[in-house]
Amino acid sequence: MTANESISWFADIGLEDRPRVGGKGGSLGELTRAGIEVPPGFVVCTAAFDRFIDALEQRAPVRSRIEVLDSQDLDAIGVVSRELRARIEAESMPDELQREILQAHARLAVAGVAPIVAVRSSATTEDAADASFAGLQDTFLWVMQPEDVLARIRSCWASLYSVESVSYRRKQNFPEAGVAMAVVVQVMVDARTAGVMFTRSPTTGDKSVITIEGAWGLGSAVVGGEVTPDRWVVGKITGEIPVRDISDKAIRHAPAPGGGIVDVEVEPDQRTAACLSDDELLALRAVGRKVERHYGRAQDIEWAIDRHSGRVMLLQSRPETVWSNKDTAPVVTPKADPRMHVMSIFGGIK
Amino acid sequence: MSNPVNRGVFSLAKTACEVMRRCRTLGTNIGNTGSTHKLPAGVLMSAQDKAKGFPLPSSVKVVPGTEAAQAAYPYHIQFAPEDDQKFWFYNSMHFPEPMHAFDMVTAEAAYCALGAANTRVHCLPTTLGIDHRIINGRVYIGGNGVTDPAEIERRTVEFQKRAFYYYENWETLYAQWKVKMLKLIDDARALPSPTLPEFEPLEHVHAGRGVASNHDLLVTYQKTIEGYFRMWHHHFEFLLLGYGAYLVFFGFCKKAFPEITDQTIARMVAGIEAEIFRPDEELRGLARRAVELNVDHHFKEGVSADAVLASLSEGGPAGKQWLDSLAKARDPWFNINVGDGFYHYHRGWNDDLSMPFAALPDYMQQVRDGKSLHRDIGKLQEERVQLIADYRELLNSDEERAAYDQMIGLAHRVFPYVEGHKFYCEHWYTNLFFNKIREYGALLSKAGFFPEEADVFNLTHYELESAIIDLMNAWSSGSPPRGPSYWPPIVAQRKAAVAEWAKHDSPPALGPIPDVIDDPAIVMLWGITRESLDNWLTSGDEKNSHEVRGFAASMGVVEGTARIVKSVDEISRLQRGDILVCQVTNPTWAPIFQRISAAVSDIGGSMSHAAIVAREYGLPAVVGTGNATSKIKDGQRIRVDGGRGVVTLL
Repeated sequence: MTANESISWFADIGLEDRPRVGGKGGSLGELTRAGIEVPPGFVVCTAAFDRFIDALEQRAPVRSRIEVLDSQDLDAIGVVSRELRARIEAESMPDELQREILQAHARLAVAGVAPIVAVRSSATTEDAADASFAGLQDTFLWVMQPEDVLARIRSCWASLYSVESVSYRRKQNFPEAGVAMAVVVQVMVDARTAGVMFTRSPTTGDKSVITIEGAWGLGSAVVGGEVTPDRWVVGKITGEIPVRDISDKAIRHAPAPGGGIVDVEVEPDQRTAACLSDDELLALRAVGRKVERHYGRAQDIEWAIDRHSGRVMLLQSRPETVWSNKDTAPVVTPKADPRMHVMSIFGGIK
Repeated sequence: MSNPVNRGVFSLAKTACEVMRRCRTLGTNIGNTGSTHKLPAGVLMSAQDKAKGFPLPSSVKVVPGTEAAQAAYPYHIQFAPEDDQKFWFYNSMHFPEPMHAFDMVTAEAAYCALGAANTRVHCLPTTLGIDHRIINGRVYIGGNGVTDPAEIERRTVEFQKRAFYYYENWETLYAQWKVKMLKLIDDARALPSPTLPEFEPLEHVHAGRGVASNHDLLVTYQKTIEGYFRMWHHHFEFLLLGYGAYLVFFGFCKKAFPEITDQTIARMVAGIEAEIFRPDEELRGLARRAVELNVDHHFKEGVSADAVLASLSEGGPAGKQWLDSLAKARDPWFNINVGDGFYHYHRGWNDDLSMPFAALPDYMQQVRDGKSLHRDIGKLQEERVQLIADYRELLNSDEERAAYDQMIGLAHRVFPYVEGHKFYCEHWYTNLFFNKIREYGALLSKAGFFPEEADVFNLTHYELESAIIDLMNAWSSGSPPRGPSYWPPIVAQRKAAVAEWAKHDSPPALGPIPDVIDDPAIVMLWGITRESLDNWLTSGDEKNSHEVRGFAASMGVVEGTARIVKSVDEISRLQRGDILVCQVTNPTWAPIFQRISAAVSDIGGSMSHAAIVAREYGLPAVVGTGNATSKIKDGQRIRVDGGRGVVTLL
């Protein structure tokens, strides 16, 4: 691993590589190295982005165009944003970089079958303002052709030049030289069921339960809020399943014939059927505990169950932030005389 | 669903400001309800009543034609006009069926002892004892809270001198308790059967005994009654303190782990070798033994226990060997009754082998199928240790862990009593007690006082003493007793009254609703909180009509046919896979739990033994619903979600 390498495989990277592989890439690498099953893939690192922009700069300026913009002048930002995005999406990558990416992509093939991948942007900033970067949201699913992979990578890069992203950078006065984006290219899981999992309760902060939400098909339907998922609460320690809310899941996200995803109506008898078995819930719990233990803190995880192998795959894991950042005053403090505890029941102590 | 017991615990610690906010002064102007005129013991409250609260005691009328039977109960437990000022609830947890006149002794003795422990012995700071009343055979109870801060403070000083001594010396005092209790049981077993010989035995005369046999009748009777009252004092010697220490830990867990299930907390605390599991374990052992000895073919469904015993005793040495094992298991472990021990007709396994024998064929089949019916104690213990350690690790700080250690330490210390006492008190002793009274029933019925031995339970214990003295006098004077001409019509009338009362539902509560229920005794023993009362009041609403809610007692989701079992006699109606719907689930019904697919009860908390047995069997259970037996129809299809405490009517 070198700092200027353009392609890094999941198995070779970890959280410490986030400055050049982004948060998503670092997390997937970390999970892979921890022995957790993650669909194979690689990161197109920030060095690749730099090489691409440098090539662009040789034809016409890029970074300097941004640095002169006034954060208040949205009209000007809009004009420059449209122009730069169009260039990034249209212009080809340097030949050498393109070859490296296509070679890496080809290595994802299994038994000679061309890989179908997800292309996902992987932002390098980890501060709370992440959400302001429109690029964070860019994910392209079920990408089938190698040339489409290249195009989607450029789309991810282009998202760095969205109006929102640019105006945010101008407001913060970030130097453009430090702006870069990594992109994850990862084998798609043909998910029978997918969803999210929190290793502590999102509603009460309880650390002894795991909340699992899932729906039929690809996880994008759950993450995007297009379907009300089934919901379970699983005892982290006990494995009991005290809460089962099975909802009416009208649609699922499925691969479209030429790539991308489409909404498909769920078969009537499947709509109100639970999308996970108890064994699968317990397998998810086991993975959730493993990831949590690895990181030493509660996690917010995206997962999928492979339609063909039936295996649980993790697509993403990030630290839970809402409850972790709350003050936790002790529920009860020890008493000099342990018997004094009963006064809370008998003593009328308000 | 969160647990009302737990919320009740929190209500104890509520700030004054919160209490004010929640305050709903309902006053006493609820007025008489129209609906009670239609159905004298009626529970059907009008919408207006629901909005306001429960009927007043004075508005509940005695069912016409049963006035004399109602009057037979002692004067001090009849509702009086001033009782309208107070909140009462129907103790259907302990007394789910109308009470025969004699059986009221259980309420009398139990509340006498409970109140003594709370009010005078341990001096609980915020509560005194419990008042009880009876109407239409139903027992209503009401707590006496202490609210004056100065008085609470005064009692707190006393409490800490007394209760804290118990917590400190728990093991020693509990060991002493067992000795005391076994002595009481031995004394009861040693009491002679009441008989009246024609002539005093010659050896009595020659020994200069100086008292005649008719006096023994009175002595044995009075010792029997005295022993029963004494037993209840023993019963309550530790109980509230034990529940309190458990609830401290329970409340802590619910705060530290808001979504922890009640059953998990129970698993952290519950004993693995508690006496209450033993009868069922003995039964499993007997099933294994029968298969080993190759005598299991004698046990077939539908063949009576007597017929099985007869064919076994003719079945050669193997049959004999099994009968020996049975005899060993019976003493003492079959001293368990098929109810809670509060009714004379809840016979013990030893008195009626049909209940344990009904379970044997199923157990034997499981043994033949290669299933181990053995509970691996070592493994269960290891699991418990691990469970406690795993939850401990999740706590936020070492300070919290130190408090957790203190509280679970206290809970472990008290729990052997909380679980163990029931076998000795409610089962073993109570069986001895009612069987002794039955002997008097046999004697009196032979003397013509009433047709059947069990008719004796239609006399109050005061009346029974007078009937015994009647017989004693007749024996001494040589004249016939007066009883045979006096009791038969009264007994007939009372039997009819109990049958009539059973047809009428009773309001779950009476009188003005208190703003908060922070009486620890009520919260701990009955799981009744302000929230559960609101639940009772709204349970008849349209929007909830397809749902019954209660405590989540044992998780799992099952759909099946509801079988309403209102008394023990109806247990045989349960088909394999049925869902048991009863007023109070009962752990001594344990063997039938292998037949059913889920259990639902009107009353009971998640720490009730019933809930524990359901968990042992891995059956979903929802307890403390308030009204499942009236809302669910026999034979109806229902879904029981034991993890959420919801029963859905399909």
